[in-house]
Amino acid sequence: MRKITIDPVTRIEGHAKITIHLGDDGQVARTQFHVTQVRGFEKFTEGRPYYEMPGITARICGICPLSHLLASAKACDAIMAVRIPPVAALLREAIHCGQIVQSHALSFFHLSAPDLLLGMDSDPARRNILGLAEQHPALARDGIALRKFGQRVIERIAGERIHPSGIVPGGVAAPLAAAGRDAILQELPEAVAIARRTLELFKTILDGFRGEIEHFGRMPTMYAGLVDAAGALQLYDGQIRFKSATGGIVAQIDAARYNNYIGEASLADSYLKAPYFLPLGYPDGIYRVGPLARLNVADRCGTPAADIELGEFRQRCGAIAESSFHYHYARLIEIVYGLERLEALLNSPLILDRHVRAHAAVNALEGIGVAEAPRGILIHHYRVDERGAMKWANMIIATGHNNLALNRSIEQVSKHYVHGERMEEGMLNRVSAVVRAYDPCLSCSTHAGGLAPMRIQLVGADGAVLDELAAGA
Amino acid sequence: MAQKKISIRIDGELVPALEGKTILEVARGAGRRIPSLCHMDGLKDVGACRLCIVALNGGRLVPACTTPVQEGLAVTTNSPEIAAYRRMIVELLLVERNHVCSVCVSNGHCELQSLATSLGVTSVRFRYRYPSLPLDLSQERFVLDHNRCILCSRCIRVCAEVEGAHVWDMMGRGIHSRVISELDQPWGEASTCTNCGKCVQACPTGAMAEKGWAVEEMVKRTAQVAGAAVRKGVSL
Repeated sequence: MRKITIDPVTRIEGHAKITIHLGDDGQVARTQFHVTQVRGFEKFTEGRPYYEMPGITARICGICPLSHLLASAKACDAIMAVRIPPVAALLREAIHCGQIVQSHALSFFHLSAPDLLLGMDSDPARRNILGLAEQHPALARDGIALRKFGQRVIERIAGERIHPSGIVPGGVAAPLAAAGRDAILQELPEAVAIARRTLELFKTILDGFRGEIEHFGRMPTMYAGLVDAAGALQLYDGQIRFKSATGGIVAQIDAARYNNYIGEASLADSYLKAPYFLPLGYPDGIYRVGPLARLNVADRCGTPAADIELGEFRQRCGAIAESSFHYHYARLIEIVYGLERLEALLNSPLILDRHVRAHAAVNALEGIGVAEAPRGILIHHYRVDERGAMKWANMIIATGHNNLALNRSIEQVSKHYVHGERMEEGMLNRVSAVVRAYDPCLSCSTHAGGLAPMRIQLVGADGAVLDELAAGA
Repeated sequence: MAQKKISIRIDGELVPALEGKTILEVARGAGRRIPSLCHMDGLKDVGACRLCIVALNGGRLVPACTTPVQEGLAVTTNSPEIAAYRRMIVELLLVERNHVCSVCVSNGHCELQSLATSLGVTSVRFRYRYPSLPLDLSQERFVLDHNRCILCSRCIRVCAEVEGAHVWDMMGRGIHSRVISELDQPWGEASTCTNCGKCVQACPTGAMAEKGWAVEEMVKRTAQVAGAAVRKGVSL
């Protein structure tokens, strides 16, 4: 029995390692995905006032603090038992669109485009955003511009690009100024153009990845995502819909009832819990969340251009897109959706309304808030005492839902691409690339994409290092 | 009785002063910038924070807020040595409790934070103590978070001297000191508290705040409370 370790996995958000166990015949026997960090937010927030939770939990992540802010603020709304002003919901959703666009742009352009456009087997020293900028300068510029646009949307509505203070329990902190709205609307066409041409480019290279599509986590699982009352894609608010592997709606529930449908298992050698669909049990209740799952569960996107793209997506990939490689495709469609939705929200006659916040003290001792983070369903669940001190918290982070699917995808890719005792960097890169397809946010923190060193070791049964590869700088 | 007029030198410049005034009052009156945290206009000074240290006659360091002026005194309000001590004092305040600006209601409106910035405290050379400290959420309108308290005692003094309620006191000694309401009762059970909020507005950090405000939202009305204290004349 031999063991290959990929530690750390690069170009992802957070810290993870992968071990690949080889049998005596040199074939992959089993694999494991380890998340090697523990954060402890659920514990150390005990005793804090509930209304501090958005500010504290936003610090879970530097990439998608908005998702935590939204889920947390919604949990606080529930504790205050208030209806937030209608314009506050619109502004929160508009901020969230900016967040989806910038996070998806980061995932596609900065983290995964080096694999997709330079090649899985290309020189690892140049297979990063800098190498991309050399060979495809226009595309790299597009990626940076699109991410910047999303960040500026957040800044203009919520105050700051990262960890903004504008989303508060009861609504938002300040109304939107006409100048801010107009500035966003003025920059929007350029962002739409980038999103459209990137999606067109992606469709032209898709056929070059037949092998990856076949083996990058192509498996039957359930899917979960938020939908509105009409069954259309929702990112800010809605019901959780679970669909089966064949596309039947298994359950559609109010987010507050997640407890009855989602169980959490602990895996050995990983700090990441593994949620599963409770009625099916562990591990049969495996499901996926995120862009791919959202497009699989929704009847439609609800905006014109995104709906046309969704139609083509289903023609190419089937009514249910099974391969996790298609996360990339789904992500690009969601960027189009996010921009269209943002435009519609900003053009709402209500959007400049100045009553943006409801005030209240503790009216309920429990609150649950759900939002679609870029990576999937995010749940914040709080319990407080009568004075508003946090007694208990549970947060199910988007990447957690995908834990079982990630493990299974890694095993599938490894079994197909990794053979024998001689390692090739490209085959191990595919193991990392399938992780990147999910765009996991393991730490929830920004890391320098592509620059972290990757260490891969082939370890014999006696623990001796038989071979070693180092990549990155 | 009229106060006697005297002269002192501040940073070499001759400045007229009234006997009985403190160095801090005279120096600030003459336009000198001396940092402080525990001083608040209108309240009796206690010399708790030591940030207003100045050098007397080129040598001994004393707190300007509690040292009265004397005829012929020469005061140095700033020097490399004084600046180094002030930075160290701020660093020690920061390590003593759990000051996490990014998630604090007073972020951006905090006297400790702005002082650290103006003194150039870019890093802390001492080990953080990370004490486990409670919050008091029992009051209906206000919250007390000991993690952010610097023991300046402005809350104690404004309550006793201006509001006349004297809800607050200091318990324990040295680094174990803690602000308490009445005889260490929960604030919400303090029968003497009038719910006026002067302590909250006088607090230089996020230790005392109005309930319900999110990060960065607690803007204190310290100047108004100090103005009320001065008008009441308690420090004369």
